[in-house]
Amino acid sequence: MGGGKRRREEADLDEREYQFLESTFRRYYYDHADQIQIPEAVSEREFGYQKFGFDKGMIRHLQMRDPSELRVLLLKEMPSDVYCSNSRYQAPALPTAEKGWKGAELIFDIDAKDLELPCREGHVLAVCAACGSASLAAEGAKSCGVCEDQTVMRNKSLPCVKCMDASKKQVRGLIEVLCDDLGVLQEDIHIYFSGNEGFHLHVPHRPFYGLGVRERSDLADYIALKGLMPETMGMRKTQPDKKEFANLGEKGWRGRFAKAAFGSASRRASTVSRLVRQPESTAGGGGYSEFQGIVDEAVSKIGIRIDRGVTTDIHRVFRMPGSINSKSGMQKAPCKDIQEFDPYVDAVVLSGEGSTAVVADCPVRFKLNGTRFGPYKAENVKLPTYAAAYMVCKGFGKIV
Amino acid sequence: MAGRTSNAGAFYLCVGIKLHMLHLGKDEKAKYPFLADAGKHLQEQGFELSQFGTDPALKVIVDKAFERIMAATSGSVYKSSLVDGKASQDHILDIEIFSFLIAIILVKLAGRHTLVQRFALSESRRAEAYLAQDLSDTRDRSRSDMARRVLFDIFGFEVVKQGYQYLIPVADYLRHSAVFNEREWKLVNRHVENGSVVLKPDKTVRLIRHALTIHITSKIRDSPTPNMIEGFEEMVAKLTAEADRLTPKYVVSGKNPPCIKHAIGVLERGENLPHSGRFMLGTFFLSRGQQVEEIAPLFKKAPDYKESVTLYQLNHLAGKTSGNKYTCPSCDKLRLQDLCFATPECDGIINPLQFGRRQKAPGGS
Repeated sequence: MGGGKRRREEADLDEREYQFLESTFRRYYYDHADQIQIPEAVSEREFGYQKFGFDKGMIRHLQMRDPSELRVLLLKEMPSDVYCSNSRYQAPALPTAEKGWKGAELIFDIDAKDLELPCREGHVLAVCAACGSASLAAEGAKSCGVCEDQTVMRNKSLPCVKCMDASKKQVRGLIEVLCDDLGVLQEDIHIYFSGNEGFHLHVPHRPFYGLGVRERSDLADYIALKGLMPETMGMRKTQPDKKEFANLGEKGWRGRFAKAAFGSASRRASTVSRLVRQPESTAGGGGYSEFQGIVDEAVSKIGIRIDRGVTTDIHRVFRMPGSINSKSGMQKAPCKDIQEFDPYVDAVVLSGEGSTAVVADCPVRFKLNGTRFGPYKAENVKLPTYAAAYMVCKGFGKIV
Repeated sequence: MAGRTSNAGAFYLCVGIKLHMLHLGKDEKAKYPFLADAGKHLQEQGFELSQFGTDPALKVIVDKAFERIMAATSGSVYKSSLVDGKASQDHILDIEIFSFLIAIILVKLAGRHTLVQRFALSESRRAEAYLAQDLSDTRDRSRSDMARRVLFDIFGFEVVKQGYQYLIPVADYLRHSAVFNEREWKLVNRHVENGSVVLKPDKTVRLIRHALTIHITSKIRDSPTPNMIEGFEEMVAKLTAEADRLTPKYVVSGKNPPCIKHAIGVLERGENLPHSGRFMLGTFFLSRGQQVEEIAPLFKKAPDYKESVTLYQLNHLAGKTSGNKYTCPSCDKLRLQDLCFATPECDGIINPLQFGRRQKAPGGS
């Protein structure tokens, strides 16, 4: 999502690709500086950025005194990606331990790749670092089917509509928990398409601002339903009471659990009766362990699939809203209406004059700005700038 | 009790707090003496400290104070003379407040950290029991109101009564529950609704036990140590001896402190442990005498694990490449870095390396 790990897909790009992406990104930042959402208290944030063609990791611990300083950086440095902390510091430019942490907004990351969706088989491609050919292959493929090179195979995904729908469903679930359970106001939830495979939620809810790592970790566990005890949903090892089991009409996780685990009031009644009849068996099993199984299944079904590491890390820098994601050439775009939001239209913001000649190698069709592209088999094509950038960023295209 | 002129002075003013905000009644002063301005009460009653060491009429208070501390050293809670949480007569109120005050003086004079800790824990458990009773009181609303005000004034969070239960804002709950390791205290195992955690009165006050102990401890620590009071010498000597008896002679066990266990757990789950956490793990095990090659596999499940980088960094910490051997950070520093997950087992250690020291068996070497 942000800082920490430097992905070096760009290492496969050559000079022409860097130049093309740099000039395209720069044009965007020049023409659309207003699209970059500047956080409040900008001078108290830590900024960071990455550049094309360098393998030096992220340049971070930067302080911007005002928004104009950031705009200058975007035009001067031509970054591939730009980041900003959700934390506020007394001295953002100092090393982390000395910055003087003041607090941080909550951040959530929902990524389609973490949802274990069956559709991924159809759009995760293995790209050979040696010859650049792309093929539909099982994730983790070790060698190239074209040149048989065994050096590096990279998995690249072209997320599909199903991926986005599943991610949106998680976002809606998260919003429900945030608002109904945790008392967050709807206007304190800012949703963004990540620019690649998922969504980021920024939540500047004041009461959570000063929470530390451990508190955020507990909060993340609540949202993901991690660590849920059968007792919380009403089951006890000894003398369980039918009345204590979660009911379909209850608020919070108990109500959601009851709906997912029992489905209906009549099924709840019959299941609970069976469970309490023999809560524990000396031979193992019994109602308690059966209920544990029900809990585990429900958790995997209804727990919100957030990236816990993102929510709990208070010293991370995050992709800036409105900036371009170099993994796709798409924008980290605000989603006013998550239901209606179409990332393949609303986050396609790069533009250029005329078309760009690309050698494209992509066995999967994709749609951007309402136009279908591909499949391509190592062929010369002329593409609009946004599609050329998408292909190059994904590693399926080389600039001619 | 006969009063005389008083110059109880600034010492007591440090012990009593918030009186101006809470306007405690006499029952509350007796139940929560750490809130009462005991020094002022002493002055108002016309006493001065030196009397307590010599006046036979005041011996009952001094004995009570001593009893109060001894109860704490044995891990129990001092049983007061209050009946149903009420000071039925004025002299009971005096005994309750003055014995608390004298107990603090004795603890300060004994000068043993373990006495401060044990006394603070015992007094917080005593107060916790009264707070739970007051919060549960459905007949006298003023009692539950007062208990709620205590929570608000000291811990800064407002609890709202809903039937027989209390609503605690989620963020406040998280701040206080973070010290618990039991799964039942995880937020996911609580009833959460509309931004609040719903708790019964006993759980509400259990939530703040740790903070209450810290509060009382800091009040004692912040008070200056008075000069020895004539007549207190024998009791102070007894307390010092008792504290020394309680202070174990240490040998190091192989047990890991909760901060280290937590960090290992994070890595084992394949989650990202911040750099500061990795630094803590590395320096901790190096200081325990483990070799770099033995420690490196701990980090194998880290999402960004690279054997060569891990070995390089551990060698750096061990001083093999830098010439500068790093030490394990202090508990204070780890608290600042949100890496501290202290449990009662930590028992006042100031560095994770001190964890697991246990008392030598009698006659052991």
